[in-house]
Amino acid sequence: MSALLEIEDLQTYFFTTSGVVKAVNGISYDVQEGETVAIVGESGCGKSVSALSVLGLIPNPPGRIVGGAIRFQGDNLIGLDDLQIRDIRGRQIGMIFQEPMTSLNPVLTIGLQLTETMEHHLGMDRSDAEKKAVEYLRLVGISEPERRIRQYPHHLSGGMRQRVMIAMALCCEPKLIIADEPTTALDVTIQAQILELMKNLTKRLGVALIIITHNLGVVARYADRVNVMYAGKIIERGLAADIYREPRHPYTLGLLSSVPRLDQPRQKRLDPIDGQPPDLTRLGAGCSFLPRCKFAVDRCESEIPPLETVGNGHISACWEKENLEKARG
Amino acid sequence: MTAEASVLESGAGFSRNGEVGEVLVEVKGLKMHFPITEGIVFNKLVGLVKAVDGVDFHIKRGETLGLVGESGCGKTTTGRCILQLERPTEGEIFFEGVDLTKLDQVALREYRQKIQVIFQDPYSSLNPRMKIGEMIDEPMYVHGIEPDAQKRKQKVSELLNVCGLNPKMADRYPHEMSGGQRQRVGIARALSLRPDFIICDEPVSALDVSIQAQIINLLEDLREEYNLTYLFIAHDLSVVRHLCHRVAVMYLGRIVELADCDELYDNPMHPYTRALLSAVPVPDPEVEQNRDIRIVAGEVPSPINPPSGCVFHPRCPIAVESCSEEVPALRELKPGHWVACTEV
Repeated sequence: MSALLEIEDLQTYFFTTSGVVKAVNGISYDVQEGETVAIVGESGCGKSVSALSVLGLIPNPPGRIVGGAIRFQGDNLIGLDDLQIRDIRGRQIGMIFQEPMTSLNPVLTIGLQLTETMEHHLGMDRSDAEKKAVEYLRLVGISEPERRIRQYPHHLSGGMRQRVMIAMALCCEPKLIIADEPTTALDVTIQAQILELMKNLTKRLGVALIIITHNLGVVARYADRVNVMYAGKIIERGLAADIYREPRHPYTLGLLSSVPRLDQPRQKRLDPIDGQPPDLTRLGAGCSFLPRCKFAVDRCESEIPPLETVGNGHISACWEKENLEKARG
Repeated sequence: MTAEASVLESGAGFSRNGEVGEVLVEVKGLKMHFPITEGIVFNKLVGLVKAVDGVDFHIKRGETLGLVGESGCGKTTTGRCILQLERPTEGEIFFEGVDLTKLDQVALREYRQKIQVIFQDPYSSLNPRMKIGEMIDEPMYVHGIEPDAQKRKQKVSELLNVCGLNPKMADRYPHEMSGGQRQRVGIARALSLRPDFIICDEPVSALDVSIQAQIINLLEDLREEYNLTYLFIAHDLSVVRHLCHRVAVMYLGRIVELADCDELYDNPMHPYTRALLSAVPVPDPEVEQNRDIRIVAGEVPSPINPPSGCVFHPRCPIAVESCSEEVPALRELKPGHWVACTEV
C-alpha cells in the first residue's frame, strides 16, 4: 500500500534581501492512512514551512518551493494551479492553525464559516450544510450549537475557537489533517481537552494527522511516529517509543535532557544544549548542529551526515550515531 | 486571627540551595479590582474585573516562591501589585517590614531599586532604539549607584559576562539578538541595581526548549551567587517544580493551594491542582500510554462575574452543594500545606 502523503526531497527557500533562507532544505517523510505523525523542532527549524508547502500556502514572493515532490494519494501537488490546489485544500487535507484568535474571520459568523467550506467542496445547499455544521459543532463538544452558529468568533473563548477550527477541518471528511501547533496558545487544562478530542476524533473517523509542535510531552502522548527537524532538515525519525527511549541524534538527546520532567525526581541541574540555532542564510559545509554538539568529530565539519538506518524504521543523520549510547554511559 | 493571616506565620524554613532566612515579602489580603466603565463623557461604572481577590503569602529571604495558574488567574497582576505598577484596591504589601502601598512615588524609589522584574517577552521589554549597554547602564545612572560613567561601563561588561553574554554585545541593538540573548539582557538589566528580590514573570515561556534550560540554569546560578529571592510566575508546572522551594496555585484571583514544592507535586490535594498536574503530558511515550488523565470540563469563568462560593465549583469533580454557597478558606491540612477546599 502506498502512503497517503509522501514528501520527497522538499526544498522551500525564501529569497530575502539578506540572502536565501533555506527554510526547508531537502526533507522527505511520509504519512500512512489513519496515522499520527509528529514534526518536532524549535522555532525557525522549518516545521511550519514544510506543512504550509503541502497546502500550497507559501507566500510567493518571497518564498518558493524550489525542488522536490509532494505526493498526496499518488498525485504530485507541486505545480498545481491555485484552483486545483483549492479543491484539495480543505476538502482532502484539513488544517488547524496555532492561533485560534487570528485564523477565523472576525466579521463572519461561525456558522457561515463552517457552511461555506461544505457548500463549496461538497456542493451542499445552505440548510443541509447548516444541519451538518450543527452536528460537527456538537461532535467537537460545543454546547448549544444551534445558538453558536449565529455567533461571531469574538463571542468564543480560545479553546472554543480551536474546537470550531477542528470542526471546520473535519466537516468535509478529509483524509489528512495538518495541525500546526494546535494548542500552543492554550492553557494546559484546555490543551488536554483539545488534544484528547483530536485524538479520539481522528481515530474514530480514520483521519491521518500531522501534528507540528515543539512540546515533547504532547508528541509522546499523541504521535505514532516522530520526525525531528533542525535547521531545515529532518535529523531523526522513528517510532515515538524508540525516539524517546533511545535517541540517536545529539540534538534529540539534548532536547530530551533539557526539559524538566514531572514524573521523575527533581534534578539538581538541567542539561541544556549550549549555543543557539544557526542562521539559515549562512549554513556551513558540514552538519548544521556541529557548533552546539557535544559529540562532534572532525568529519562533521566537512561532510553533511546522511539519514541512515539505526533500527527498525528508525533513522538518524549523525556520524556518531553509533557512539551516543556509550557516551551517555 | 483569620486562617489566611496565620498562613504567614507558618511555612517550612528549609533550604535547597543557599540559606532561607527571615520573611522578606509579605502580601496580606491583596485585592486588585479593575473598573469597567461605559460612556465617554461620564464614565459610568458597570462592573469590576476581580483580577486578584484576596491573596495572602509571604516569601523568605533566599527563597523562591512559584506562582502558577492559567491565563487570567491573576498571577501577573499579583506581581505587578508587588512592584507597585498597580496600586491595589485593598490589602498590604510588606517589603522588609515596610508597607509599600502606603508609600508615595518618591519614597518608593528606594524600593524600586531593591525589587526588580524580568518580563516574559524579551521582544517587547527592551527598547528597540537603545543599545544593550545603554539599557543596562541607565538604571545605575538613574538610581545613582555609580556616578562615574567609565566605572559604569566596566559594570555593564561584568553584568553581561555574568549573564553569559559577550561584553562586546554592549554595542548591539536588541534586534540583532536572539530571544534567549535578549532574555539574558533583561536579566542583566534587573541585576544592575543589585536587587534583593526579583519578580520573574514567565521568564522562559517565550523561549525554545533548549534555550529555556539555559536561562533556568542561569537564574539558579544567580540566585546562589547573589542570594536572591524570586517570585517565579509561570504556567509551566515542570519548570516551577524544578526551580521553586514553595508553590502557590492560583485560580481566578485566589490561591487554592500552597505548599512546599515536593509536597505539592507528590501530594496535591486541591482538585484544581490535581487536574493541572494531570493535564501536563510527560515526554515519554511509555509513561503516557498507561497514564489516565483527568480532564476538567469547561473553561475558566470570567473574573467579571465569578461563580459564587468556591470559584472552582462549576468545574470541580468533587463539588457538593455547599460549594456554591461558601467561599472555602485556606486550611492547613498538613504542616505548611494549605488548601482552600472543604472536601479534602
